[in-house]
Amino acid sequence: MTEETTDRHVRVVLVDDHRMFRTGVQAEIGRTETTGVEVVGEAADVDQAITVITATRPEVVLLDVHLPGGGGVEVLRRSAAMMGDAENPVRFLALSVSDAAEDVIGVIRGGARGYVTKTITGTDLVDSIFRVQDGDAVFSPRLAGFVLDAFASTDAPPVDEDMDRLTQREREVLRLIARGYAYKEIAKQLFISVKTVESHVSAVLRKLQLSNRHELTRWATARRLV
Amino acid sequence: MPVVSPRLSSPEADEAPVRKLYRSAEGRLLGGVARGLAGHLGLPVVWVRVVFLGLLSINGLGALLYAVFWFFVPLGLGGTTGQRSAFELSPDGRRRLRKPDKGQVVALIALLFGAAIFASKVDVGGWANPYIFPSVLIGVGVVLVWRQADNTRRARWTEGARRSRWLPVARGLAGVALVGTGLTGFVVVNGSAAQLGNVLTAAIAVLAGIALLAGPYLVRMTQDLSEERLMRIRAQERAEVAAHVHDSVLHTLTLIQRNAESAGEVRRLARAQERELRAWLYKPEGTGREEEPETLAEAVKKAAAEVEDKHGVPLEVVVVGDCPLDDGLSAQMQAAREAMVNAAKYGGEGGAVQVYAEVEGRTVFVSVRDRGPGFDPDAVPADRMGVRESIIGRMQRNGGTARLRSVPGGGTEVELEMERAQG
Repeated sequence: MTEETTDRHVRVVLVDDHRMFRTGVQAEIGRTETTGVEVVGEAADVDQAITVITATRPEVVLLDVHLPGGGGVEVLRRSAAMMGDAENPVRFLALSVSDAAEDVIGVIRGGARGYVTKTITGTDLVDSIFRVQDGDAVFSPRLAGFVLDAFASTDAPPVDEDMDRLTQREREVLRLIARGYAYKEIAKQLFISVKTVESHVSAVLRKLQLSNRHELTRWATARRLV
Repeated sequence: MPVVSPRLSSPEADEAPVRKLYRSAEGRLLGGVARGLAGHLGLPVVWVRVVFLGLLSINGLGALLYAVFWFFVPLGLGGTTGQRSAFELSPDGRRRLRKPDKGQVVALIALLFGAAIFASKVDVGGWANPYIFPSVLIGVGVVLVWRQADNTRRARWTEGARRSRWLPVARGLAGVALVGTGLTGFVVVNGSAAQLGNVLTAAIAVLAGIALLAGPYLVRMTQDLSEERLMRIRAQERAEVAAHVHDSVLHTLTLIQRNAESAGEVRRLARAQERELRAWLYKPEGTGREEEPETLAEAVKKAAAEVEDKHGVPLEVVVVGDCPLDDGLSAQMQAAREAMVNAAKYGGEGGAVQVYAEVEGRTVFVSVRDRGPGFDPDAVPADRMGVRESIIGRMQRNGGTARLRSVPGGGTEVELEMERAQG
């Protein structure tokens, strides 16, 4: 995958409170001439993150969920303006060791464009970064599982149905992601284009961010998360 | 009042150089003062009780001393010499009256005897004496309430000794009623019933004044106390986390350093430790020991964990929904486990094995997918029974279906579908 991405270039900021982890990620993806990823800044807490992101205006921010000073959600909240910038938006990819449902759903609702766990390989991470840069959503199998779970448990039809319900197709796509299929494989399986797969996934992400609070609260309560 | 840590005052701890005086919570008649003192001084309980009785005849000094001890000495578990409470736990966990030991019976009789003497000596005016009757009432009421306070405190230590809930309340109320009657008795007997209204108003005014003055102070004190308690609980939690990290994580890291050369072993150790730590962190009520799974999600995770440990190949498990296991689903789990083993054995080179389980309505779907070299299912020799019998055959025998999809070079996926049992 790296071969086809060398001609592209993306500026990335790393936000993680573990210096060792930042160093490791930097070593793995920061070889700009090979991967096309240039790490332009690092931050260890929320305040630093806002400062660095504002100063460098990267295309993608790799954001840890658990951070001193309010966590990744706080970073997302305070950089909402930069995310909405039409000229050169800053996009966020959550990268966390936690795969607890409330963390995952929390940052996605905060506006992150994807969620991957720290066990991800360097190649896959680079691939995810470029996908996020393109404006697509990156779903790990586990995230897809959480989303399916969240929407499956709402048996009673919600008030704004078309907003909150996943379409049959979106469900199918998520299910294949949860089963470990790559976007390309999903496209082949469902006889659609990769672009269509990506737009389905983006739609799911949007619905997740928009789905009403009430429903998510109910979902979380049912799982004793709150 | 010093905080008593009951767990530390076990019989072994009594040998500690600094011995503190505690009232005995075990085998006591009233407040546990006599038994506590006896334990502290190393004397038989009867002696102490006799001394108290003797002092009682000197203008009731014994009672006064007893009350002072009761007030100032904290309740503890010290002072018992092998004797237990008047109740004992029968093997089936119920409390029953224990055979009273001789010393206690003698002490009780002596106490009654002494009380009788005391009463006959002081009771010059019979029931007409305006002070004795209300005083006794107040005394009994106070004793009732205080014993109750001791009991609630003890109940906090021994979670198991939980009895009916209305009994403490009833005892407390009875005590308050007795004290109230005694106080009213003072007023009425002393002939000041006519001024009862005035007295009550004055009393309420005084009480309100005290509340105004001492109220904020009391509130502050309770807040400080609860904060202190919170801090202590936090410290305990931290200690527990530290202990757990020490026991498991540090040992794993040490093992990893020793096995740094063999990448497979390092990966296996790290994965197992990660899983264990996660289970411990997110399931605080669990002890960390795994029992037989009762639901589908647990069963899938457990099977995957075992395969992962055995074959050193990471398995990524995603479960959507959950339901209790029944016979059919157990068979499906066995088939899934077989599929996981196959995927780990033959397809583990291509990265993590993906396991996906979903409960949708009555249908349970499990998929096991690897990115290994794949194989041609039709080319498998007839004598190879793994896939045919353990997976496909087993699913069909239990009323489910199994599909196997394998593309040479494109990995293998096993899909298992089973209907849940009715009910």
